[in-house]
Amino acid sequence: MLEVRELRKEFQPLSGQPVVALGSVSFRVESGQFVSIVGPSGCGKSTLLLCIAGLSRPSAGRVLLHGREVTGPPEGLILLFQEYNKSLMAWRSVLRNVRFGLENRSGMSRVEMDAEARRYIELVGLKGFEAHYPWELSGGMQQRVAIARALVRRPEVMLMDEPFGSLDALTRIELEDALLRLWESLRATILFVTHDIEEAVYLSDRVYVLSCRPALVIEEIEVKLERPRNQLTTREDPRFIQARHHVFELISKEMAKG
Amino acid sequence: MSRFWGSRWSGFGFLLLLVLVWEAAGRYGWVHKLFFPPATKILVSLFQIVASGEVLGHVGVSLWRAGLGYGLAALVAITLGVLMGYWRVVYESFEIVVELLRAIPPPAIIPVAIVFLGIGDQMKVFIILFSCAFPILVNTMDGVRSVDPVLIRTARTFGLGQGALLWKVVLPAASPFVMTGLRIALAIALILVVISEMVGATSGIGYFILDAQRSFRIPQMYAGMLVLALLGYTLNRCFLLADARLMAWHKGLTARQR
Amino acid sequence: MARFPGKGLAVLLGCLVLWEVLARRSGALVLYFPPASQVLATLAAILGNGELLDHIAASLLRFAEGYALAAALAVSAGLCLGLWRPLYALFEPLIELLRPMPSPATIPIAILFLGIGDQMKVAVTVYACSWPILLNTIDGVRAIDPVLLNTAATFRLGPWERFRKVVLPAASPQIVTGLRVSLAIALILVTTSEMVVSNDGLGFYILDLQRSFQIPEMYASIVALAVIGYALNRLFLTLDGWALAWHKGLTRKEEIL
Repeated sequence: MLEVRELRKEFQPLSGQPVVALGSVSFRVESGQFVSIVGPSGCGKSTLLLCIAGLSRPSAGRVLLHGREVTGPPEGLILLFQEYNKSLMAWRSVLRNVRFGLENRSGMSRVEMDAEARRYIELVGLKGFEAHYPWELSGGMQQRVAIARALVRRPEVMLMDEPFGSLDALTRIELEDALLRLWESLRATILFVTHDIEEAVYLSDRVYVLSCRPALVIEEIEVKLERPRNQLTTREDPRFIQARHHVFELISKEMAKG
Repeated sequence: MSRFWGSRWSGFGFLLLLVLVWEAAGRYGWVHKLFFPPATKILVSLFQIVASGEVLGHVGVSLWRAGLGYGLAALVAITLGVLMGYWRVVYESFEIVVELLRAIPPPAIIPVAIVFLGIGDQMKVFIILFSCAFPILVNTMDGVRSVDPVLIRTARTFGLGQGALLWKVVLPAASPFVMTGLRIALAIALILVVISEMVGATSGIGYFILDAQRSFRIPQMYAGMLVLALLGYTLNRCFLLADARLMAWHKGLTARQR
Repeated sequence: MARFPGKGLAVLLGCLVLWEVLARRSGALVLYFPPASQVLATLAAILGNGELLDHIAASLLRFAEGYALAAALAVSAGLCLGLWRPLYALFEPLIELLRPMPSPATIPIAILFLGIGDQMKVAVTVYACSWPILLNTIDGVRAIDPVLLNTAATFRLGPWERFRKVVLPAASPQIVTGLRVSLAIALILVTTSEMVVSNDGLGFYILDLQRSFQIPEMYASIVALAVIGYALNRLFLTLDGWALAWHKGLTRKEEIL
């Protein structure tokens, strides 16, 4: 239902040759899947997401959502940014931040929106923090507010740009599982960008490995592990280790080239 | 004793000392009695002009002029500031014209205003509008330009239209800067209302002080200055109160960031 | 690094053309609203016959004296008050009392004590300008990051060295901000004092031209004043950019488009 066809993105610096961030990226994502994109840092993963989200115009190629070309932020798709703390509104409480996801959209009244917002705040485990301000919360909690804000919209597709990258290992584990639980109950399609190979394999149905500039999809790896996943048992599963090994090899080769 | 020297009390003590010296100087003729009436005489005069309602009438007129000019300036300048700050094209186009107009010392506009509007209230309100608009404009622009792009992209990914984006995201995010501009403009409004009343008026606190000096009612002149200082202080306090309320979220945020 | 301000100049030109057209079409109002071409021609005329230049010189002299004196006094005072808490505590109520009073209110009292000559105008200018410089300097010194001061201590810097190498540079952006604000204030007070009581200077000249209904000359003088103000501002920005290049680099906003 989401298709990226030969996506290319160039940037023109102040002087010199254009920088090709994305060479020719192509892949498809089926409805309800959890798909990860891994690659070395700085190889255009964020740019890719921006293009898919309709926030950046590709130099060539197209993005198709349900067969229709994406030319601006499309209905039913939300991008969650890496700098989640900057994307939350410091002047709004947690409740109002989450409610923002519903404003200007549904025909709901203030009361209805608040109720809905509270549901999702509870869902992400932040019950009791509705009146707090984002900057009063820890990084992990802020990230959950951002997630709740996106979820309250019930998007079909969620694009997530290294959402857990700046969090400590323990918080990361907690949020990985929380995300999987949410995904399973809402059955949205998730496109998850990360530099953490283990995280990618742990979470996804499929992993796409991206090369460095100009970015291409080197390989698509199918992760045939049962769900629900478990931090201990899944990560010890030989198929997990095999997949991880394979991805790691690909990326090491990539990084050696650069 | 050393506690005294670093504290507020030393300052008040110092102030008291100055007042006493002033009193003595006036009473014992250390300086020309006319120019330096004893402090007590000034205070008596202050009481008189306030009690008789004389000065309150003038203050009222000045406040009306300043308030109207300030309010209109805020409306115009914030709107323009948002537009100029948000769209680079608008900024680059109007930058030179704005900088040129801004460089004109507002008193120099008074004669032009007199030509078109006479020497009545309209002229004064226009002058105040002209002078207050620029600090508000410049600071609003600065604020808008420093809104984090992530915030704007977030709003767009949530499908906000341009209007809603400016109103719900850009303006609140820029509001700390807008408040700075409004605070500066408050002082400017007072300064200009006094100036315009000194150059051409028959009412207002600025006129009152100058008139007192010209007719050699010196204690009244000093008393008028005290009233003006009190007015400035009160307006400032009110502003700070409003600022503390409205910008509580920002105070909290910057406190965390330290 | 300066891009050619094409759009800005185009808009400026556009405004001038609009001015010209509207003025010519304004019928009787053209007496109040002479076309741009006439104003510019008049400007050339009064510049040529030296009349305008005399007034400009008078105003600039007062401005320079007032500004320089204010800068010297206020920066010194600000540094002292910022560095020594007890001193600041002593003067704080006095500062808080005088500060909210709009500076033009000192004009009558200055006339009383100093008459209507240059002294009065310079004095009023010095008083008004000193405030932004003083307050910003105090703020700048007091806001110096304690980490910097601790660093100076751990490197065992003597008081004079610490002042020169740490305090002064660290406070300088804020000090410069104060200097920039008082630039505008100086021009305002000089112009005002010349309007209230004087027989030369741009402030007087502009008001006088209005009173004697020499409207094109009035506009021409205002244009001259605007250009002077703009030039002074630009000059300041250049010096500022050069002296505080490090600060600009530190706080440059990343343009992400």
